[in-house]
Amino acid sequence: MAGNLSPDKQRQMLRQMLTIRRFEERASNDYHAGKIYGVVHCYIGEEAVAVGVCSALEPTDRIISTHRGHGHCIAKGADLNRMMAELYGRQAGYCKGKGGSMHIADFGIGMLGANGIVAGGIAIVTGAGLAAQMEGKGGVAVSFFGDGASNAGPFHECLNIAAAWKLPMLYVCENNGWAAQTAAVATHAMSDVAGRAAGYGIPGVVVDGNDIFAVHQAASRAVARARAGEGPTLIECKTYRQRAHTERKGQPDPRDQAEVEAWLQKDPLTLLERKLKAQGDLDDAGWQAMEREVMAALERAVAFAEASPFPTPEQATDDVFAA
Amino acid sequence: MRELTYNEAALEAVAEEMRQDTKIFYMSTDPIPPLLKEFGDKRIRATPIAEGALTGMAIGAAGSGFRPIVDWRQVTFAFVAMDQIVNQASKIHYMFGGQRSFPIVYRANVGGGTRLAAQHCQCPYSMFMNLAGLKLFLPSTPYDMKGLLKSAIRDNNPVISFESNRLLARKGPVPEEEYTIPLGLADVKRAGSDVTVVALAWLVHEALAAAEALAAEGISVEVVDPRTLVPLDKETIRRSVQKTGRLVIADEAGPTAGFSAEVAAVVTEDDATFAALKSPVRRVCALQVPIPYSPGLEDHVFPDRKRITDGIRAVLKGPKPAAAA
Repeated sequence: MAGNLSPDKQRQMLRQMLTIRRFEERASNDYHAGKIYGVVHCYIGEEAVAVGVCSALEPTDRIISTHRGHGHCIAKGADLNRMMAELYGRQAGYCKGKGGSMHIADFGIGMLGANGIVAGGIAIVTGAGLAAQMEGKGGVAVSFFGDGASNAGPFHECLNIAAAWKLPMLYVCENNGWAAQTAAVATHAMSDVAGRAAGYGIPGVVVDGNDIFAVHQAASRAVARARAGEGPTLIECKTYRQRAHTERKGQPDPRDQAEVEAWLQKDPLTLLERKLKAQGDLDDAGWQAMEREVMAALERAVAFAEASPFPTPEQATDDVFAA
Repeated sequence: MRELTYNEAALEAVAEEMRQDTKIFYMSTDPIPPLLKEFGDKRIRATPIAEGALTGMAIGAAGSGFRPIVDWRQVTFAFVAMDQIVNQASKIHYMFGGQRSFPIVYRANVGGGTRLAAQHCQCPYSMFMNLAGLKLFLPSTPYDMKGLLKSAIRDNNPVISFESNRLLARKGPVPEEEYTIPLGLADVKRAGSDVTVVALAWLVHEALAAAEALAAEGISVEVVDPRTLVPLDKETIRRSVQKTGRLVIADEAGPTAGFSAEVAAVVTEDDATFAALKSPVRRVCALQVPIPYSPGLEDHVFPDRKRITDGIRAVLKGPKPAAAA
């Protein structure tokens, strides 16, 4: 199941998933404490997708994210300090306090941004795929998006153009069952988004999005195909948004409690932890040490954020245009 | 000096810049034959009719080190890409804290006179002026077209090149030698002392015709062509109005919240310019209607040299006396 992933690599994947989980628990907590503003969308329950895909990429490959973007940032290697500082609205944040949770980007590591518009990033990252093809160095680009975005125009336009031009792309649909507060089953005529790939003449793959090794394997195959110049792949990861659409209190949450409970039994982080233990690649002490190290890293990130000054009001007019 | 059409001048600008910088490539739903012939189908890309995708792909390619040009053709088609323009291209540099620049040129034809009716005769540049983060220009001559487009291609921001439908085939002198015109610099197309006319694109030529005719009556009209809408050269406009004391603004767009309104505000918000005004500012704009098809209707909707002349005469009369209470 883990294929040829070394135990170290598997533990690293677990650590990244755990980091995403704890980062967002902290972000939610600090949001409710009034230290983080606006809105926070949690990726909790979907971590195996971001980590499973990004572990199949090279640092020079490029990805784009969604409004639910912390997981993709961390999986691509973003700095927790600068992420937390951005959530805290500080100068040292990735976007100097201009973006917040929905707009964290780090172009230096090929993370082309979280994006507040559903389907808004698909075309942008398809352009990064075109850039990779024109560079001719075997780079690939990955579009992460949800089941909601798969019903929007850019999904169709971009899969068509990527297929026609054989762009080195992965289109990774995180089907978490819910588009904001509307169930995916209410807005999709077909049960599988991946089935739409046939309409573009590209492979469409359905994987268990809570099984990180299944995700990694599907992503690795798609990456190999893309690097070989054979074009894009649509991967649908069936997963679940364990929390409400946002962390805001008092919003409607139409999810059925039994449905939530059933998916909690398939929590991807717990699944991987158990697998590694069952394989003999992780013991209780190792797991506890990992927890401590992740929590310590988050404490450092919060301390970094709190130590960073807020932007001065005058900085509101900086960076409207590039030099 | 040799003469080129407005459209030829634009193509020459693109070709010259593409020869100098291999990171530039061009996407359009139909490739332009001479560009395709010279640069091949990898750099001159024929695309699906999917402007939203093209507009966004340019952002991703620019953020990855390329310098894309996207030809929307008519500005009409930019509207299907509005999310990518408004939510992404205009904001992405700022929203991400300036960590990357996004050098993109979007080309779009605007204006009437083509008998193509409401969806294909539009002057919506003020909608784009309202966004922070885009540079915009609209030239009136082949010379300005080439110089501004070259600057736009070298600029590290998203720039929209608005190009006038009425002027595409119009010829004008364009030197063989290399030159550029900086974005944000207005041009006084005719010097005068009695009235300032600020006009764009085709209406620059109508204003010049009006000025020539009025010169015979001893009326001296200064014609200012801002050329660039964002950044707008406020200083040149204000300096001219401080000299003449009278302002007529001519715009092929409707007046409501338009370019003309912005120019009026630029003049009246400035103490020294306001103090110099001898008459209320007058706008000569298209009627605030969708553009109709039938020639008599379309021609009635757009301003022309006659309406500019009427506007000039009106500001020369000065303010009407206030009605008695």
